[in-house]
Amino acid sequence: MSKQGRVMKRSITVVAALAAFMLPAAAGTLDDVRARGMVNCGANGQLPGFGLPDAQGNWTGFDVDYCRAYAATIFNDPSKVKFVALTAKDRFTALQAGDIDVLVRNTTWTSSRETQLGLHATGTNYYDGQGFIVRKVLKVNSALELNDASVCVQQGTTTELNLADYFRANRMKLKSVTFAQLDEALKAYDTGRCDAYTTDASQLYSVRLKLAKMDDHAVLPEIISKEPLSPFVRQGGDQWFNIIRWVHYVMLNAEELNINKANVDEQLKSENPEIKRLLGTEQNYGEQFGLTKDWAYRVIKLVGNYGEVFDRNLGAGSPLKISRGLNALWTKGGIQYGPPVR
Amino acid sequence: MSRDRAGAPRLAVLDDPKLRGILYQILLCVFIALAAVAVVRNVSTNLARNHITSGFGFLDQVAGFDISQTLIEYSVQTSTYGRAFWVGLINTLVVSGLGIVLATFLGFLVGIARLSSNWLVANVARAYVEFFRNIPLLLQLLFWYNAVLKALPEARQSFSIGGGVLLNNRGLFLPQPIFGAGVDLVAIALVVGAAAAFAWGRLARARREQTGKALPILAPSLVVLIGLPVLTFLIAGADVKLIYPELGRFNVRGGIEILPEFVALLFGLVVYTAAFIAEVVRAGLLSVPRGQSEAASALGLQRRQVLSLIVIPQAKRVIIPPLTNQYLNLTKNSSLAVAIGYPDFVQIFTGTVLNQTGQAVEVVVITLAVYLALSFITSAAMNWYNARIAIVGR
Repeated sequence: MSKQGRVMKRSITVVAALAAFMLPAAAGTLDDVRARGMVNCGANGQLPGFGLPDAQGNWTGFDVDYCRAYAATIFNDPSKVKFVALTAKDRFTALQAGDIDVLVRNTTWTSSRETQLGLHATGTNYYDGQGFIVRKVLKVNSALELNDASVCVQQGTTTELNLADYFRANRMKLKSVTFAQLDEALKAYDTGRCDAYTTDASQLYSVRLKLAKMDDHAVLPEIISKEPLSPFVRQGGDQWFNIIRWVHYVMLNAEELNINKANVDEQLKSENPEIKRLLGTEQNYGEQFGLTKDWAYRVIKLVGNYGEVFDRNLGAGSPLKISRGLNALWTKGGIQYGPPVR
Repeated sequence: MSRDRAGAPRLAVLDDPKLRGILYQILLCVFIALAAVAVVRNVSTNLARNHITSGFGFLDQVAGFDISQTLIEYSVQTSTYGRAFWVGLINTLVVSGLGIVLATFLGFLVGIARLSSNWLVANVARAYVEFFRNIPLLLQLLFWYNAVLKALPEARQSFSIGGGVLLNNRGLFLPQPIFGAGVDLVAIALVVGAAAAFAWGRLARARREQTGKALPILAPSLVVLIGLPVLTFLIAGADVKLIYPELGRFNVRGGIEILPEFVALLFGLVVYTAAFIAEVVRAGLLSVPRGQSEAASALGLQRRQVLSLIVIPQAKRVIIPPLTNQYLNLTKNSSLAVAIGYPDFVQIFTGTVLNQTGQAVEVVVITLAVYLALSFITSAAMNWYNARIAIVGR
């Protein structure tokens, strides 16, 4: 999309938000989605690994696969998603206004986003933290040496606030330069306008790929914040909230039970009661969500378990090669933990 | 049918066109007021139902984000969103105010050059106009921003321009003067100088209208305007310290800092708007009948005098109304700053503040009000000037 198109779109979003607040509220989100035949999913359009459309308009990424999983469980077709590319600063307005049904855009779960914005985070799908990338020639080994440095940052993010907090806490002088678009902030850093660029650590790996000379830059060791990234939905729709939350847990439980895209059909014959409950061969938990008996099977068959999704987009199977770290299952030293389906 | 004294038929009250007019006006006002109340109520109940905070209390909360250009005191620790509002507003006013002045100069220059009898000058001006007004402003801003950044050296290899001035891709750094004793005297001298220059201008003009003899205005005015404060400054002991910008580990420290984002935005706005102003000026100049300048030449006025005394005063009447539009456009276009990281009102307020507080309705309403107010003030000033220079019916 052209830059002007984006600016245009931004204003349209805000106007749509105002208009939406003037109208009475609609019926349940799941009914709306069914009637529409599509899940409207707010995504990041500029971040390799999390959300990025290619030249043909095919979206890929970790967050993108979550959107596909929702479509898979509702429609049995992971392609029934309309992706809406959102900047950090427009994302909440778009969700509040009903432009999108769910926001899966590497968004940090904070208290005020739940209390002030009328939204709910549905559960951390990626445990992240904020870091810095700097030019190697500056010979900086720690973020604590960044006193008086210029730092490029994307506007309207927790990153922007953490950055100010960190410099303040360590009595360092900050010169921040803020941009609405990730690409513009990164380009400014790349041309030398800033000494450092800061964002969530996971993104540092992927934005490095976008820099002109990737090897001239180094990621600093400090992680200066907690950034639990979560999908967000509007408040007041418990059924929809449950679906979004539990699709993630289905993916975690599937990984824990070693059910994956390839073996899920075979696992239908499994005698393990946990697997039977998850795949709906015993009991019928899917219909309690307003979905079908095979709700979890669809997610695993059409999209994959958590490990597969992670691997394909961020991990060993991707150019980013991010290690699982905190995002490993609790059984493997991480803190990803899926409550039981029963 | 009864008749009043004048003999016109007396109408039933409702048939009286004047009364009926008033009645309709009242009905319309009531309808609009009711609609407004309905919208406000609907918005607030919907926000409450969706658990979205509303109200203007957020303006007193601590903002906690950094802003790269603050012309008034602003601290990350203690300043509120309300303070951030003013920081952004002032940044917008600075860039649009300066932009308006510079675009007017450049626009007049190009507009006059466009009518030059010199083929080269006229065509360079023409090419300028056609080129810059036909490329979207946003693209131009991105171009200038990247051109500025790419062309300049990194902080460590700053150009030293002399006099302690440093230039690099972080901005232009000037020595910052810290005035000691006598600064108030200098300020008084400046005011006195300005008053004297103004009085001299009035005097010279009155004299010219009385006797037809032109007295020099510019040179004496400049002498008092600049000379008087400088003289006072020297007499008061020339007590001033300069803080020179110095190279730190990453950045230049100290001195006055002018951001590249500011320069790129100002440059882009000026170059773009000047192309339109040039056409406005050309239209104005061409609207003055040729006979006017021919008559002036016949009276023995020089070319410059013809332009400044005969043509421009008449052309102004055509120029001012569309020029007002250009000023309004420039002010509103300054909000494209978001694309290149200049912290203008929209970037700070409708960008970061909206996002951090999530109070879209309030923030957007305030933003609308601010731009409306800016536009009203600009056009009120221009209308006042327009009325002053209008032909007075005699």
